[in-house]
Amino acid sequence: MGNKQTIFTDEQLDAYQVSLFSFSRLHGRYHELAPHLVPMDYTNEPDCKLPLALIVNMPELKENPFRNRIVESFSEDGMGNLSFNEFVDMFSVLSEMAPRELKAIYAFKIYDFNVDNYLCKEDLEKTLNKLTKEELTPEEVELVCEKTIEEADLDGDHKLSFADFENMISRAPDFLR
Amino acid sequence: RRPNRRQAGGRGGAKGRGRGKKPASDDEDEDEEDEAPRGRRGANRKKPAKKRGGDDEDESEDEPPKRKRGGAANKKKGGKAQDSDDDDSDVGKGKKGKKGGGRKGKKEEEEEETKGKKGDGKGKGKDKGKDKDDDKDKKKKKKKGDSSNSSEEEESMSEGEMARLMEEVEEKKKLIANIRNKPWRMQRRLKHLKEAQEFVDKFEGALGKGKGRKWYAYKVMMTKKWIKFQRDFENFRTACIPWERKIKEVESHFGSSVASYFIFLRWMYGMNLVLFGFTFGLVVIPEVLMGLPYGSVPRKTVPRAEQDTAQDYSVLMDFNGYCKYSVLFYGYYNNQRTIGVLKFRLPLSYLMVGIGTFGYSLMLVIRTMAKNADVGGGDGEDSDFTFAWKMFTSWDYLIGNAETADNKYASITTSFKESIVDEQENQKDENIHLRRFLRVLANFLITCSLGGSGYLIYFVVKRSQEFATRDDLSWYEKNEMEIVMSLLGLVCPPLFETIAELEDYHPRIALKWQLGRIFALFLGNLYTFLFALFDEVNTKLEEEQAIKNASIWAMKEYYANYSRLMNDSEATPPPMDPADVIRGPCWETAVGIEFVKLTVSDIQVSYLTILIGDFARAVIVRFLNYCWCWDLEAGFPSYGEFDISGNVLGLVFNQGMIWMGAFYAPGLVGINVLRLLSSMYYQCWAVMATNVPHERVFKASKSNNFYMGLLLLVLFLSLLPVVYTIMTLPPSFDCGPFSGKDKMFDVVMETIDLDLPAFMGTLFSYAANPGLIIPAVLLMVLAIYYLNSVSEAYQNSNMELKKKMKMARDEEKNRRNNADTTNQVMKDLEDLLPNRSLIPPDPPEPEKPPEPEPKPTKTKPGSAGKGVNLQKDVALASPNPNARAPVSRPPGPRGPGPGRGRGRGPPPR
Repeated sequence: MGNKQTIFTDEQLDAYQVSLFSFSRLHGRYHELAPHLVPMDYTNEPDCKLPLALIVNMPELKENPFRNRIVESFSEDGMGNLSFNEFVDMFSVLSEMAPRELKAIYAFKIYDFNVDNYLCKEDLEKTLNKLTKEELTPEEVELVCEKTIEEADLDGDHKLSFADFENMISRAPDFLR
Repeated sequence: RRPNRRQAGGRGGAKGRGRGKKPASDDEDEDEEDEAPRGRRGANRKKPAKKRGGDDEDESEDEPPKRKRGGAANKKKGGKAQDSDDDDSDVGKGKKGKKGGGRKGKKEEEEEETKGKKGDGKGKGKDKGKDKDDDKDKKKKKKKGDSSNSSEEEESMSEGEMARLMEEVEEKKKLIANIRNKPWRMQRRLKHLKEAQEFVDKFEGALGKGKGRKWYAYKVMMTKKWIKFQRDFENFRTACIPWERKIKEVESHFGSSVASYFIFLRWMYGMNLVLFGFTFGLVVIPEVLMGLPYGSVPRKTVPRAEQDTAQDYSVLMDFNGYCKYSVLFYGYYNNQRTIGVLKFRLPLSYLMVGIGTFGYSLMLVIRTMAKNADVGGGDGEDSDFTFAWKMFTSWDYLIGNAETADNKYASITTSFKESIVDEQENQKDENIHLRRFLRVLANFLITCSLGGSGYLIYFVVKRSQEFATRDDLSWYEKNEMEIVMSLLGLVCPPLFETIAELEDYHPRIALKWQLGRIFALFLGNLYTFLFALFDEVNTKLEEEQAIKNASIWAMKEYYANYSRLMNDSEATPPPMDPADVIRGPCWETAVGIEFVKLTVSDIQVSYLTILIGDFARAVIVRFLNYCWCWDLEAGFPSYGEFDISGNVLGLVFNQGMIWMGAFYAPGLVGINVLRLLSSMYYQCWAVMATNVPHERVFKASKSNNFYMGLLLLVLFLSLLPVVYTIMTLPPSFDCGPFSGKDKMFDVVMETIDLDLPAFMGTLFSYAANPGLIIPAVLLMVLAIYYLNSVSEAYQNSNMELKKKMKMARDEEKNRRNNADTTNQVMKDLEDLLPNRSLIPPDPPEPEKPPEPEPKPTKTKPGSAGKGVNLQKDVALASPNPNARAPVSRPPGPRGPGPGRGRGRGPPPR
C-alpha cells in the first residue's frame, strides 16, 4: 500500500513471483474465498480484508490444529483479518522454500497464544492439547510442559523467549514444515 | 618476451588492475605479491569516483551505504580475484568485450572510453568483441613494450569496475533471492525488490550478461529445474518404498515398537526376494527349461508303487507324490555336468547358489547392522530437546486431508506417550532388593520351563522315530511333532510374559528379555528337531548304502550276463521303465520335505492364530458386548495387543528354516516369499482391525539391531548343519545334482580340474595349503582385535564428548541464569539513572515482534542474507543475553509508532 502498486502489471507480477513461488494462483484463491468481497481487479489497491473464518476453511489450513493462530499471526490487526498482501505473506512463509530462520520467527508467533512474546506454560498446554486432541491426561500434559520448558529454557525464567525457541528449533532435525 | 607477457596478462585480474592504476612504468617482472595489494588499494580509491557516474541515476536512496559496502566487498573481492585463476579474468574480459559491441551499457561504455582513451588499441579490440587473447596478441604485435602495456591497463581498469559492479549486482541479486526470507510485510518487500531489480536489470545487462543473458537465464532455469527434479525424485523414491504408508499408519496408532516389526518384515521380504531371484534364476528355471523332462529318468519319476496315490490331496499336502518328485526338491535335479545348449553347469550352480545364499544373507545382515549402528546410536535418543521438538515440530503442515490428519494426531499422541513412558521410567526409584529377588525368581522359573519344553521336544522326536517304522499311524501320531512344537510356541510366550511381569522392566528392555527367552525356547526346539533329523538322515544313509550295493551288484550281474549272452562288450542299460527302477531313500529330499512341511505348518498356525486369537476375539468382544453381564471391552477378554516378540521371533525362526532348508528344497524360498508377502497385508490388516495399542506405548530402539542380532545368530546356527552336510555327508547315489560323487563339494574340484586352466588348479592347491591359511586366519584375528579396540576407543571418546557437551550446556544454562540476575541488577541500577527510568517498563510489552523489527533496520542497508545470519549468530553464539538485549531494545521505543508494529491491537484471546 505504500507501494505504487497500480495493477498487476507484468512487472508487478514479476515482483510477487520473486518473493514467493506459487503466486500465480494465489490471487485466484484469494478471490475465490469471497467472490463478493474481493474485486477481481486489483488495479487501484482496494482495501479489503477477509475475515478469519473464511481463510481458515482453505484446504491447506483446514486440518491444521493451529489454523486460527496461523492466520492471526499473519494479520496486521491480530484478529485474523487478512488483506491480500498479508495473505500472500502467509503463503510465502508457509511455502517450502522459505528459510528456516523465517519460519522460526513465525512459528514462534504462532505458538505464542497469548501474544506476550514468550511461550509460557499456558501456551504450551494449549499447543499440546491442540496437537493431541486432548488425548493426554492432565498429569501427562503437565509433565510434558514441564519437561519442554526445562529442556529449552536457557535463561531460567520458566518461559521460552524467542532466543530459547530459536536455539532449540534450529537444532531440530525435522523442522522444515 | 611474448609468451612471458601473455602469461602475465592472463594470470590474475588483480594484477592487471593494479597496473592500471599505477604509472605504466610497472614492469611485468615484478612480484605479483607486491603488486596485488597496491592494485587493490588503487581500485578502491578509484571506485567512488567512477561510481558516481552510474549510480546517481538509478539508485537514489540506498547509495551511500551501498557504496561503502561495495568498497568493502571490493577489498574482499580484490583478494579473491588475485587467487582466482586466469579463467575468471579471461571470462570477465571477454564478456566485457562482447558487451562493448552490444546493447545498453552505454554509461559503462562511455566511462570506459573516457578512461581508456589513452590506450588506443583497446577500444578497437573490444568493439570487435573478439577473443581477448587474440586481441592482446594483435595489440602486442602492433606496438611493443609500453604501448601494449598501457592497453592492458585499460582493460584491467575497467575490469576493476567490472568486478565491483558484478559484486553489486550479485548483492542485489542476493537480496532478490533472499527477499522472501525477510520477515517483512509484503509492501515493504515489494519496494525493496523493485529497487533491487531495477538495479540488477540495469547493470546485469551492462555486465555483459546482455548477450550471455540467455545463457545465464538458461542456466538459472536449469538449476531450478534440477532442484525441482531432485525433489521430485526424492518424493518418487519415498513413494517407491513399498508399504511405507501402511507402516506409517500402523506406527501412528500403535507406536514405533509395533512398526519396527513391520519394518523388519519388509526388510526380510526384500532379502528373500533376492534369494528367490538367485535360486530360481540360477537353479530352478535352468533345470525346468534345459534339464531332462519329467519321467525321463528314475529320479524324475514317481515310483510305480506310489503312482496310484501320487495325486491324492492328502499325499500332496504332505509333499509326497508328485510334489516330492518335482523341481521343488533336491532329488529332482540331475547330475549331468552341463545341461542344454548353453552348457549350463547345473550342479556347480546348485552348490554355488546354496553357499551364496548364506554368503549374501550374512553380508546383508551385517551390513544392515553396521548401518543401523551408524544411524541409530543405541536406545532412545538422548537429545536435549525431546519434548520441545515433539511439541513444536511434530505437526506436518502439508497435511490437508482429514484422515491423514487423524493419523497424525494419533501418531503425535503416541509419540508423546512413548516419551512419557521413558521419562517416567527415568524418574522411578524402587526397592532394589525386592526387585532383584523377583528378577532372579523370574529367571529361575523361565529356565525351568525352558528345560521342560526342551525335554518334551526331545521326547516327541524320539517317539516319532519309533513311529517312522510303523505304517498304521493315526493322523495325530503322524503330526505329533509339529503339533507339540506349535503348542509350545503358543503356550510358552504368554507364560514368559506373565512371569516377566515380576521383573518390571521398562517395556523396551522387557521386550528384549522376552525376545531372548523365546529365542532360547525356539532354539531348543530347533536343535532337538535338527538332531532328530540327523538321526533320520543317518538311518537313511545306511539304508541307502545297502540299496546302492544291491543295485550295483545287480547292474554288474546284468552287464556280465548281457555281454556273455550277446558276445558284445557294448553295454546298454537295462530296458526298464524309470518308474520301476529300485532307488535309494534320497535323504536330501527327505530333509527338504521336512523343512517345507514345518514351514507350511508354521504359516498355517500363525495365520490361524491371528484369525482366531485376534479376529474372532475382537468380533466376539465387539458384538457380544451389547448383551453381556460385564463390559467385555474394558474387562476380561478385551481386545488383543499386538505380540511383537512372538511375531519377530516367528519371523526370525522361519527365516532360519528357510536358510537351512533352501539347500535341500529350492522351492522353499518361493514359498517363503509368498508367505512374507501375504503376511504383510494380512498382519497389517489384522493389527489395524483387531488389535489395540499397548497399554504403555513405548518407543522402539531406533535401530532394529536387536532383531538383526537375533537373525544373525539364527543365520549362523542354520549355517552349521548345512555346511556340515555339504562337507561331510556323502550325497545320495541316485538323486540330486551331486549323485555319483563322494562329497558334494567335489563338483568344485571337478570344475577346477576340467574347466579352468591347469595353473589355476595349482594356484588353488597352494591357496588351500595350511601354511597359507593359518597365517591368513591369524592376520584376520589380529585385524579384528585391532578394529575392535579402535572402535572401543572411539566409543569412549564419544561418551566423553557427550558428557562434555552436557556439562557445557548446563554451564551455559547456569551462566545465563546468572547473567540474567546480574542483568537485573544492572537494570535496577539503570533505573536509578534519571533519564532512563521512564523507558524500561514500556518497550518489552508492546514491542511484539522483537525479531522482525530489528532485522529490517539492520538489513535495510542491503546485505541481504547477511543480516539474517548475523542475527542468528548473535542469538546462537552469544552466551549471555546482554549481547542480545541491545539488539532487541533499540527498536523498542520506535516500535509503538502507528504503522510499524504489527499485531499491536488487543491480544486475540
